[in-house]
Amino acid sequence: MFTALLVMIFLAVLLGLVLGYSAIKFKVDGDPMVARIDAILPQTQCGQCGYPGCKPYATAIAKGEADINQCPPGGDTGAKALAELMGVEFKPLNQEHGVQKPKSVALIDESTCIGCTLCIQACPVDAILGAAKQMHTIIASECTGCELCLPPCPVDCITMEPVLENSQSWKWKYPVYNIQNANGA
Amino acid sequence: MQFKNIFKFNGGVHPNENKSLSTNLPIGRLPIPKKLVLPLRQHVGRVAKLKVKPGDQVLKGQIIAEADGNISASIHAPTSGKILKISEEILPHPSGLPDFCITIEPDFKDTWVEKKPISWKKLDRTKLIEALSQSGIVGLGGAVFPTHMKLKINQSQPINTLVINAAECEPFITCDDMLMRERADEIIQGALIAQTILDAKECVVGIENNKIEAYEALKKAAQKTTIEIKVVPTVYPSGDAKRLIYLLMGIEVPKEKRSVDLGIQVFNVATVAAIYRYLELGEPSISRVVTITGAVKAPQNYEVLFGTPLSELIAAAGGSSNKTKKFIMGGPMMGFDLPSIHVPVTKAMNCVIESSPELFPAPKPVMPCIRCARCADACPVNLQPQELYWFSKSSQLEKARDYNLFDCIECGCCTYVCPSNIPLVQFYRYAKSEIIAQDKSKEAANTARERNDFRLARIEREKKERAERNAQKALGANEKQADDEKKSTIAAAMERVKQTQQENIKN
Repeated sequence: MFTALLVMIFLAVLLGLVLGYSAIKFKVDGDPMVARIDAILPQTQCGQCGYPGCKPYATAIAKGEADINQCPPGGDTGAKALAELMGVEFKPLNQEHGVQKPKSVALIDESTCIGCTLCIQACPVDAILGAAKQMHTIIASECTGCELCLPPCPVDCITMEPVLENSQSWKWKYPVYNIQNANGA
Repeated sequence: MQFKNIFKFNGGVHPNENKSLSTNLPIGRLPIPKKLVLPLRQHVGRVAKLKVKPGDQVLKGQIIAEADGNISASIHAPTSGKILKISEEILPHPSGLPDFCITIEPDFKDTWVEKKPISWKKLDRTKLIEALSQSGIVGLGGAVFPTHMKLKINQSQPINTLVINAAECEPFITCDDMLMRERADEIIQGALIAQTILDAKECVVGIENNKIEAYEALKKAAQKTTIEIKVVPTVYPSGDAKRLIYLLMGIEVPKEKRSVDLGIQVFNVATVAAIYRYLELGEPSISRVVTITGAVKAPQNYEVLFGTPLSELIAAAGGSSNKTKKFIMGGPMMGFDLPSIHVPVTKAMNCVIESSPELFPAPKPVMPCIRCARCADACPVNLQPQELYWFSKSSQLEKARDYNLFDCIECGCCTYVCPSNIPLVQFYRYAKSEIIAQDKSKEAANTARERNDFRLARIEREKKERAERNAQKALGANEKQADDEKKSTIAAAMERVKQTQQENIKN
């Protein structure tokens, strides 16, 4: 009986040590759930969800403070993916936060721009190039189309241009064919 | 003809060949058209850099757009003339979308720029590849991958075998067949050059047994060389590079590996002929042989300058003989409908077929998949087309990827055998381009996340720095004040001393 007790104590100590060690060694910084939610969000950083960026929104979802259907750029597809990840019922996009628009990029009318740098400060991804009293321009490949540069512009020289399809970005369409009467009648 | 040492691959189909339509006449030559439209993007890789502006005079063979980086190809003026404009024109692409093109107005003098044959036997390999990167030669079998990149050798894996693809397995297409019949010498010379550059031990030509005349011509041209000419059975898609490697050598190129990783390089016959013409004659890639066949009045092969409007080629072949005016670029299995007959002939255009209701009857009604798995039997890459169809149809893209959608070569064998007439390949194309687009937007999102994180970190850092600066300034101001107080006390004391001294003197 004494041996059995010793064995059990020994095992308990050993397992405790292993668990304690792994708790320190394999500690995950931050909430892994936030990172997984953040990976689904489109990273437009537009703030239409009511949070100052995609990460804060992801954090809010993880904490259960925000709903999954507040991201207009992600649309219904994004909401579906979030619902699947969170194990909740899918909800269509909440129209209060905006509607899903085709992907666009900002365009500065360079002849009107006065070089005030306000849009540069507003851009969440540093996609605007320019200096005080110098013309500004958008780095189109980095622009997420968040529209945050539009309101601060004092001369309204920024417009959103939809990204058009070219021969490189062109996609094969989903095959559609007519349903016919196979007997020919 | 017997098949010696041939390894048959699984699947494949044998549709009506329809090749004799266009092999009755020799390769014709098209007169110089009134204008030439040369797309800047005729190859895989980066768009060529413009070297001319409207109004410039150019000579035949002069570079008008230069290769930009390694994976890119130059574009040469196919004849002498004036650059008319640089504008967006419709391309021979399934999208029918326009892209940038150079338009040349020929002067009909056809004056060559000074031809500079390259003494390739004397040059070292790096110089030779550099020279070839100016040649504008791309894979003329249809892949249009810049050829000079394929001649570079990886130090860790030397090339053992050079395979020359002469299979031309798709129905209707005969441009390689005619080229072999008429210019077998050029092909064999080109193959020898490629073999020397690659330092390959052996060179094998794989040709289907339906091209007897071409086989005889090659055999004759290769008499005094070590090049082996192997006949393979006529089964579509034997002209797919990996299928041909298997047929000739019994080696299956594993998933996610290229044949060069196994020491095998593959070139199309027209490509090696172009290498020969560039190095020995100094002629860059400015034309190719194109098959014009199908319902046109006089199907034939033509040597066509790049940029020639397709309408000129159709007119040369006697014009279209029916009112549908539908043209297919490529073969009937893998080709696509051309958006217009005014598109230019490009480096990728090997064949144009005029469609007619007799040749290509309207597709039969599509019926549900009955899971007969005939497509799986026909699939030359051993996929499960019925599963891929299921996942693509329901847009379960991740599942489709897991079932190796990207190994699909879109050969169309599954569609060909499907008893329910389902356009399977169209579903795979849709799923593939959807997955590619999703991957791209994922990548863009990751960049945006990084840039946003960096911006937030920068703002944080700047805030900290400003706070530090302010703290320092405040500290500095305090010290100065203390200093001033001290000075004024000293001054006051001195004043008092002075006063007492003066009073003492007076007294």
